[in-house]
Amino acid sequence: MMQFVDALSYFLQTAVQMGTHILLATLGGILCEKVGNLNLGIEGMMLLGASVGFSAAISTANPAVAVLAAGLAGAAGALIYALITVTLRGNQVVTGLVLTIFGAGVSGFLGKNLSGKSLPESVSHAFAPVSIPVLRDIPVLGKMLFEQSIYVHISIVIAILMYVYLNHTHAGLDARAVGENPGAADASGINVSACKYAHVISGGFLCGVGGAWLSLVFVPRWQENITAGAGWIAVALIIFSTWNPVKAIFAAYAFGALKGIGFKFQNADLSLFGSKIQFSAQLLDMIPYVATIIVLVLITRRKKKEHQSPKGLGVPYFREER
Amino acid sequence: MIRIVTRPEPSAFRENVLRLFAVVAALAAAAVFMAMMGYNPFDIYAKMIAGSLKSAYRFKETVNKTIPLVVLSLGIAVAFRMKFWNIGAEGQFYLGAYGASLVAFTMPSLPAIILLPLMLVVSFLFGGLWALVPAVLKSRFSASETLVTLMLNYVALKWISYLQYGPWKDPAAKGFPKIAPFGKSAILPDFLGIHIGWVITLALVAIIYVLVKKTKLGYEIDVLGESEATARYAGMSVTRITIVAILISGGLCGIAGMMQASAIEHSLSEQLSGGLGFTAVITTWLARLSPPVIVLVSFLFSVLLQGGSFLQSSLQIPSSVADILQGIIIFFVLGSEFFVRYRFTRSAPGEAGK
Repeated sequence: MMQFVDALSYFLQTAVQMGTHILLATLGGILCEKVGNLNLGIEGMMLLGASVGFSAAISTANPAVAVLAAGLAGAAGALIYALITVTLRGNQVVTGLVLTIFGAGVSGFLGKNLSGKSLPESVSHAFAPVSIPVLRDIPVLGKMLFEQSIYVHISIVIAILMYVYLNHTHAGLDARAVGENPGAADASGINVSACKYAHVISGGFLCGVGGAWLSLVFVPRWQENITAGAGWIAVALIIFSTWNPVKAIFAAYAFGALKGIGFKFQNADLSLFGSKIQFSAQLLDMIPYVATIIVLVLITRRKKKEHQSPKGLGVPYFREER
Repeated sequence: MIRIVTRPEPSAFRENVLRLFAVVAALAAAAVFMAMMGYNPFDIYAKMIAGSLKSAYRFKETVNKTIPLVVLSLGIAVAFRMKFWNIGAEGQFYLGAYGASLVAFTMPSLPAIILLPLMLVVSFLFGGLWALVPAVLKSRFSASETLVTLMLNYVALKWISYLQYGPWKDPAAKGFPKIAPFGKSAILPDFLGIHIGWVITLALVAIIYVLVKKTKLGYEIDVLGESEATARYAGMSVTRITIVAILISGGLCGIAGMMQASAIEHSLSEQLSGGLGFTAVITTWLARLSPPVIVLVSFLFSVLLQGGSFLQSSLQIPSSVADILQGIIIFFVLGSEFFVRYRFTRSAPGEAGK
């Protein structure tokens, strides 16, 4: 029994680590979609963050600078996206897809000089798991929550702060108004473009930081296409968590756990009631996408307002065409 | 006070001049970027052109890349004309390739003349039915087709990976996760040096052109795209039009998958598309949903892609340079659309501050 509890707590610890970049990217995406912009460039912004963050870590050996650089790289990608979709009213889907290609290109280009290098001691030390005495010994949940890198704790705090921001602050409610009905928001005196820029770019910052979790902490090395599609899982989880940052925490860790199960049981032969079952990592990988489709159907059936997607999602706002 | 107003009638000439200008500006911007990275941009451009066009073999490679891109774009265009934002071409491509492979593996003894058309039909059906899922979810539950098609891409891709690593893994591949190659009769033959898919592709371009421009269905699709209410008012059956158009849209993407599996890969694999389904969304949009323009844009894109892989193989310049270039060019074109549709004007006195 004790052994099982131990194994479970290790597993949950890993699940959180396999979900942290997805959490940050999902949060970034939520921020962007809440102001009505569907950004399919999350994968690209994560790659930008991962490569620039790693490169900054190597050249400065300063963990804070590395994370900041990663965030700014993601934000720069988001700035291009915002310029085209907000100011120039371009097609959001196409712009997002191109941003993903562009981000992958830039990261592949930068990464050429990064592969094989390892992080400076100062950086890996700063992000090493911090073990909090007493608390870490809580059964099952102890390791998951209290023997983690500070990166994990910060991402959870960001999620909670974002929830408070979107639901209980003036600025947050303004932002949601922009996403729901930009015309009305404009009429009530909110600067729609400025609001969109601010949130799209901050969202890109978070995506960049999310990508850097992989290159700075989890892997921690540079490898080509390090995100391996995590950005698309984030696009799915934005919907799965019904645009709620706190739910995103659970969603991201749940899918981290799923990945963990996939890895662990890939080649294991298990039997249930005498018949052999085989875990297929590929079929498990399908779950987030299928689950998201189910959620998409369910939210439109349940007419609960807070679960719906922002009304103005994907539609460029143009005052003169109101 | 400067205001932005919609251009009353965007002229085709002006539009094209603006786009050309955008591409030139993009090439210049990319040149600056490359110079900053320590490469000679003129050299790189020249190498990319040479690498994609300057020998029969390279030209063939470029055309091989153009073929799936054109067919995918045609499929996407049919849906986009209806304002059904199908970004699931990637998934429909894989489903089509899967359907074709099913046929190829279960009936390997059929002669090519029967087997290949059968593969084509099945791939069309598989791709079409896969696209029908988001269409049904949209009409029944008003679930966003953009998001559902996007998700279904990954479901399809994981399905192929599952087959490749699981039940379809070739025991003869010495432990490598690979699907067995097709039999000879399941491989599209060459015609004038390039696999016959190019003839099929040109035929499809003509068919879709006629369909969207000259037939009742094409007209209905356009009307439905403009306004569902109008279509209903005019007595059109929205359900029928949607089902047929989406079957065609997904079906074409499925055919692209079949041709790629049969002619290029000679098998099925999770690498079969390499993101072509997403690139095709971009080419379709750049071609403004017009079948003939799709051919042109897809060819130019393939020059870019093939030029990029040439840089990689011959000069050890990472092919990501081509991705960056692609990104910059489209960013500029996307931005230029604004100037096609809108213009700046000074507001008349008295209107200021409005």
